[in-house]
Amino acid sequence: MPDSQTKIRVIVAKPGLDGHDRGAKVIARALRDAGMEVIYTGLRQTPSQIVQTVIQEDAYCLCISILSGAHNHLFPEILKLLGEADVQDVLILGGGIIPPEDVPALKKLGVSEVFGPGTSTSDTVKYIREHVQPRA
Amino acid sequence: MDLMDRFRQGDRRALARLITHVENGTPVGRAAMRELYGATGRGRSIGVTGPPGTGKSTLVDQLASVFRKEGLRIAIVCVDPSSPFTGGAILADRVRMRHLQDDPEVFIRSMASRGALGGLSRATGSVLKVLDAFGFDVILLETVGVGQGEVEVVREAETCLVIEVPGLGDGIQAIKAGILEIGHVFVVNKSDNPGADRVAEQILTMLSLNPVPPPWQPPVVQTVATKGAGVEDLARQVRRHWEHLDAQNLRREHLGRRRIADLAEILKCRALGAASQRVLSRPEYSELRRKVELGQMDPYEAADRLLPFDGIEEWRLP
Ligand SMILES: Nc1nc2c(ncn2[C@@H]2O[C@H](COP(=O)(O)OP(=O)(O)OP(=O)(O)O)[C@@H](O)[C@H]2O)c(=O)[nH]1
Ligand SMILES: [Mg+2]
Repeated sequence: MPDSQTKIRVIVAKPGLDGHDRGAKVIARALRDAGMEVIYTGLRQTPSQIVQTVIQEDAYCLCISILSGAHNHLFPEILKLLGEADVQDVLILGGGIIPPEDVPALKKLGVSEVFGPGTSTSDTVKYIREHVQPRA
Repeated sequence: MDLMDRFRQGDRRALARLITHVENGTPVGRAAMRELYGATGRGRSIGVTGPPGTGKSTLVDQLASVFRKEGLRIAIVCVDPSSPFTGGAILADRVRMRHLQDDPEVFIRSMASRGALGGLSRATGSVLKVLDAFGFDVILLETVGVGQGEVEVVREAETCLVIEVPGLGDGIQAIKAGILEIGHVFVVNKSDNPGADRVAEQILTMLSLNPVPPPWQPPVVQTVATKGAGVEDLARQVRRHWEHLDAQNLRREHLGRRRIADLAEILKCRALGAASQRVLSRPEYSELRRKVELGQMDPYEAADRLLPFDGIEEWRLP
């Protein structure tokens, strides 16, 4: 865990064709209120744009929110590109609507945790604080 | 391979990590600044400032796209405010930078102001230097949208764009004091909304009130950033300003001023650091602080005991 001097920088990304980003905005605000710096990408990001953002912003954590049901396609794509770019020290979290039966496969790919619609934002905050890898 | 070697070889991940070090003021970051300082002063810097929501990010996206067509390598730094209560921030300027996100020659970095006033964060100037040393031709800097004389941006950027929009308020009052002095190019964005011509005229009028006509007369450009209208003209005016800076040798002057400001800043940090460290570590500090808190001693008296201030400028560090 980074020391208290270091700000945790988190990307909240919305890949795919979801039409709205209310859930993503809720989590972005909760992370900000917990003192984190949240880089918000907006709707309809492609996997490669998300990976470029992770690299340029040197984020500690990437939260990917997907409602559209395309998670089984988008997560592998993003993780593949991150791997190709040799990005290994970023905590990857999933959110949105992801059926529980799909979660084990995502975790196997490298998603650390998946937070469904019922999760309280304080659990997400706590999880990030405890799991991000130290940086600069 | 070490971080600086990777940086020098053009590795963008090393660049991004180095920026984190510089932003957090780590020993690695400080050492890097020392090493890179001599390699700065090549890239052009453009500051973009103006009230919240006037279209700064959208314009940066469009302007950068024009420069990209000319083959220039572009870096963008966007500063958004940190919450004074939690220290957190939402950095959302990227949302409007759609045209650039798939371009490998563009590098965008978001920064939180981290308590600094004046539209930038304390480390912004250093981060611009890191990007300059990395080899970007043009570095665009979007300030926090506060719109009342972000003088800081003038120190860091050699060309300053001030963005205004119609409908923000009535007349001359809407153009805040201090903003006229910092702009090299004025942009009336959202010119698809009524009243744009009037805002442009008002700016021109106010600029013409200057008793001594300056060697550079700031132009006023009307744009519709969402459609890209007027952006070619804006890019042309920016280039004109570059030519002006080069022809008048003003670039050297700007760099000179910036170097002096850097020295002042470094000295200030060190002096403050040294003084506060010595003061705060003195055994009587907590007792005096308590007395001040309870109103038993005034803060001047306590300060005199902790850090005697002799005459005008003699500072006796205990
Ligand atoms: N009608 C109109 N809307 C515009 C124009 N330019 C930008 N906008 C819209 O204005 C809103 C704010 O644009 P931004 O580019 O985020 O403005 P900004 O100045 O960067 O905002 P902050 O960084 O929050 O201060 C967005 O909804 C844009 O789509 C324009 O020329 N005309
Ligand atoms: Mg903006």
